[in-house]
Amino acid sequence: MISHEQRLQRQAMQDRAFRWATLFFALLVLLVLVGIILSLLIGSLSSIKAFGFNFLVSEDWNPVTEVFGGLNSVKGTILTSLIAMLIGVPVSFGIAIFLTELSPVWLRRPLGVAIELLAGVPSIIYGMWGLFVFAPWFADNVQPWLMRATENIPAIGWLFQGPPMGIGLFTAGLILAVMVIPYISAVMRDVFEVVPAMLKESAYGLGGTTWEVVWNVVLPYTKNGVVGGIMLGLGRALGETMAVTFVIGNSHTAVTTLFDPATSISATLANEFTEAVGELHTSALIELGLLLFLITFVVLALSKLLLMQLRRNEGAHS
Amino acid sequence: MDLYFRRRLTNYASVVLSSAAMAFGLFWLFWILFVLFKNGFAGLAISLFTQTTPAPGSTGGLANAILGSLQMTIMGTLIGTPVGIMAGIYLAEFGDDNWLASSTRFINDILLSAPSIVVGLFVYEIYVVHIGHFSGWAGALALAILVVPVVLRTTENMLRLVPHTMREAAYALGAPQWKTVLWVTLRAAKAGVVTGIILAVARIVGETAPLLFTALNNQFYSNMNQPMANLPVVIFQFAMSPYEDWHTLAWAGSLLIGFFVLGLNVLARVLVHTKQQS
Repeated sequence: MISHEQRLQRQAMQDRAFRWATLFFALLVLLVLVGIILSLLIGSLSSIKAFGFNFLVSEDWNPVTEVFGGLNSVKGTILTSLIAMLIGVPVSFGIAIFLTELSPVWLRRPLGVAIELLAGVPSIIYGMWGLFVFAPWFADNVQPWLMRATENIPAIGWLFQGPPMGIGLFTAGLILAVMVIPYISAVMRDVFEVVPAMLKESAYGLGGTTWEVVWNVVLPYTKNGVVGGIMLGLGRALGETMAVTFVIGNSHTAVTTLFDPATSISATLANEFTEAVGELHTSALIELGLLLFLITFVVLALSKLLLMQLRRNEGAHS
Repeated sequence: MDLYFRRRLTNYASVVLSSAAMAFGLFWLFWILFVLFKNGFAGLAISLFTQTTPAPGSTGGLANAILGSLQMTIMGTLIGTPVGIMAGIYLAEFGDDNWLASSTRFINDILLSAPSIVVGLFVYEIYVVHIGHFSGWAGALALAILVVPVVLRTTENMLRLVPHTMREAAYALGAPQWKTVLWVTLRAAKAGVVTGIILAVARIVGETAPLLFTALNNQFYSNMNQPMANLPVVIFQFAMSPYEDWHTLAWAGSLLIGFFVLGLNVLARVLVHTKQQS
């Protein structure tokens, strides 16, 4: 029979052990981050030693002569994400307005869920659909038309030339746009919903139209959150692998137009990593992975900081 | 009057454009689902579940890939979930707002959206390189790393929703902290935590990129210490191949994954919904 004192002591000890255990697992999360950066850094050491800064500015990627430069892959990653943003952001904004201001209340939930399901579709399905269905359709019906329509426009005409094969930079960007729309529009919808109803009603009361209320009241109020949502989408687009690998064309030659086949960091990794012969090739691929991680880390960190700021301001207002 | 007309016109244009944006989003969803069902059902057969992945030209199914995916998903979830729940408990119950908790929360949100292919590289570097070959365990580990951020975040959010009076009631009865957390607060947050786990499973079932460098593929049944077949990588390799019968199998595999993932997503939503209503 143990005394009351002993029991209390034992409980205090158990509590301490439990707290330490939860702390340990929280630290494990931080450790994963440190581990990712360190292990990728160690893995890419021989490539860093061999090419140094040149890796970032060289377009050569030749596994046979073992000369590696990442510029084409980095460019492909950034360009496809940029296209995705140019298409995805306005569409997401429209969807968010529709869901918060225009849609009848009973339709909001089902429509919102439908858009969210776009995020649930695994990226490999986007890839297969893109390669077998979308790319041929795009090559037959949209590309020739786009080329004819834009060829005489001076500033942007050259963008839409090139081989109308369906696969390439533009197709990858377009599919990425569809994939990030649910993320961006979900954040936008959520931040639009935190705008105090009083604020919106005042603007409507003064005779504002829906568009004026959104543009002059809702958007200024939620600026940081909207930018945060866009950055979140950008972070997703930069790191997306399978959908891009299927449709980008996997070509290491420098791109000159939007319809050219290209490659991105993730597509290069997915295609070449398991078949890489020689330590230098593997190491160069790991360096690409490190670059990708650092770029997405910065973008996602910015997104998080902006969203946190919105939350803080929200607290200050109420 | 000109001004009013202009304002009305701008507003009309914005309404039309945002409705068009909504239609644009739905259009892709229905197109993808339609293609998935049409091509997937064409390849659906009993042999999918009974035969292993074929060589080009011969007949076969996806049995080893389905089994491998199940094994790795289950192991990945079993490894990742406790880590996520425990870390979530720390953030919600003990960490409050000290720097360690806030930086963990920050890093976790970044890991939540970090490129999964990088996680594959990470596991390759720390595990595959050292044991010298691809393996099912490496795949499960990579998936576990993807499970943690999802579970951690939902666990923390759900624990924060539990009213303080419940904790106080438990303490007043003399319960130690660990019992309070595990048997009172965590239990109150159960539906939410389960939803988080379901969403995490839905996320990893379709993940291809992290498995490419860890589990790779296998033409036969294998144990967790060997390279292991799994649906996403098989779909990737079959779809990229020039063989028509491999494409059919890839579509059938996609339909299986698509069904499963969308089903889990709907289930998670139903759980949250009924929880909110009660």
